[in-house]
Amino acid sequence: MSRLGLRLLALAYLATILVAPLVIVFWRTFEDVGAAWDALSAPDTIHAFKLTLLITAIAVPVNTVFGIVCALAIVRRRFPGKGLLNAFIDLPLALSPVVVGLSLFLLYGREGWFGVWLGRHNIQFLFALPAMIVATIFVSLPFVAREVIPTLREVGDEQEQASRTLGAGGWQTFWRITLPSIRWAVIYGVILTTARSLGEYGAVAVVSGRIQGQTETATLRVEEQYEQFNLPGAYAISIVLALMAIVVLVAMTTIRPKETA
Amino acid sequence: MRASRDRAGTALSLGFVTTFLTVLVVLPIAALVWESTKAGSQGFWDAVSSPESVAALKLTIGTAVAVSLLNAVLGTITAWVLVRDEFRGKSLVNAIIDLPFALPTIVAGLTLLALYGPRSPIGVDVAFTRTAIVLAMMFVTLPFVVRTVQPVLQELDPEAEEAARSLGASGLTSFRRVIFPNIFPGVLSGMALALAKAIGEFGALVIITGNLPFKTEVSSVYIFGRIESGDTAAAASVAVVLLALSFVLLLSIGVIRHFATRHDRA
Repeated sequence: MSRLGLRLLALAYLATILVAPLVIVFWRTFEDVGAAWDALSAPDTIHAFKLTLLITAIAVPVNTVFGIVCALAIVRRRFPGKGLLNAFIDLPLALSPVVVGLSLFLLYGREGWFGVWLGRHNIQFLFALPAMIVATIFVSLPFVAREVIPTLREVGDEQEQASRTLGAGGWQTFWRITLPSIRWAVIYGVILTTARSLGEYGAVAVVSGRIQGQTETATLRVEEQYEQFNLPGAYAISIVLALMAIVVLVAMTTIRPKETA
Repeated sequence: MRASRDRAGTALSLGFVTTFLTVLVVLPIAALVWESTKAGSQGFWDAVSSPESVAALKLTIGTAVAVSLLNAVLGTITAWVLVRDEFRGKSLVNAIIDLPFALPTIVAGLTLLALYGPRSPIGVDVAFTRTAIVLAMMFVTLPFVVRTVQPVLQELDPEAEEAARSLGASGLTSFRRVIFPNIFPGVLSGMALALAKAIGEFGALVIITGNLPFKTEVSSVYIFGRIESGDTAAAASVAVVLLALSFVLLLSIGVIRHFATRHDRA
């Protein structure tokens, strides 16, 4: 009895918070397919999706390289301040996206430490693509490192040492031994980074200036459509973003068992 | 020769990591702290203690604490069901748990509004109320406790529970004496993560809360409003308070992990 009760409680919890709201959005969108299509095919919407994909395409590789180097440094090297670094890379996970956005806004703004120099050289950083990319990199920074660190610890360094003893160089050892052994962790981290980059809202909202057709990403477009009282439009764009999230989710579930095996 | 190359490698990778983090994370945060101190400590205090800011901070922290407690109870039950129970579609349910990690927060807010807003098909309209804040925070923090407790339960031998039951312990007693001591660190660190996420949440709240000052305006939304109206010094001051809270929560997670793994290291 109690087992069944707990099961029902857990399922009811997931249904009320997660599943039911999403189902309603799908239902509402298909109530008015014409309006949904109009919103999705509007040039500004297409531009917003392209911008989101472009930002993701830049942020993900940058964070992947950083994450791997950072994980290798934390697990394989000895240096003072290691514990501090290990704690510090988690900060973007615990920080409000608005605080992240504001920090970048202040650093790159007209009177900011970097902003003054950028202004003098006529480089448009804030309210333009560069600031949006930097904001996205900031919020999705820890995912690859967080996944790779435990895996690196688990596989140990015997094979790497053997490879070194047999005369392989650092690069060769990395490509032939280290990378293959952490590849699932890297892929899992890349998936999480991608999801975070596609969905970022708060930090980008602060630094982008939200100029329609220019610095408006897909998530910003959702909010803009809602503000314009175009609910079918907001729902339609949300659904495309939700479908992307579901693809990410499927990828996560297929990879997870391999990671634990 | 190899030792020197190793040292060069350490220096190179450390140089890269440090430069990257400094430019990307440390300098922006330093700029934030700098901005908050521009008007002196009095200016900082005035900004943080303005009635609207205090109302927002109280609302944010109070709701986030309540949500992380809810999360602890419901998350633990969900994790237990996923590990110990068997039913059709369990793997699908297990996959759905991660949805809040994958779904953009603005979409989360909009979906909640569709079901619990003015056009609700079930007649429940909580839009622009504090209940809406609770719902949105519950949505974005849902996976944390489940995902920190689940692996611990998986490692825990079900025979210990069964032994307790066969010795006459009730379900609640066996939970309290056998399961709870094992999962407690996981519950705590999951709660701390959920608390950090809930305190900082913005995207999911923007649409559904209506952002009414003194009523439904949380701190991140308040900061955003200050930025929009050009008062960056006040925005930075409140942001520094949130930053300090994030640091404290990260630190507590570190301490919890340290104590939870002390047996493994000994």
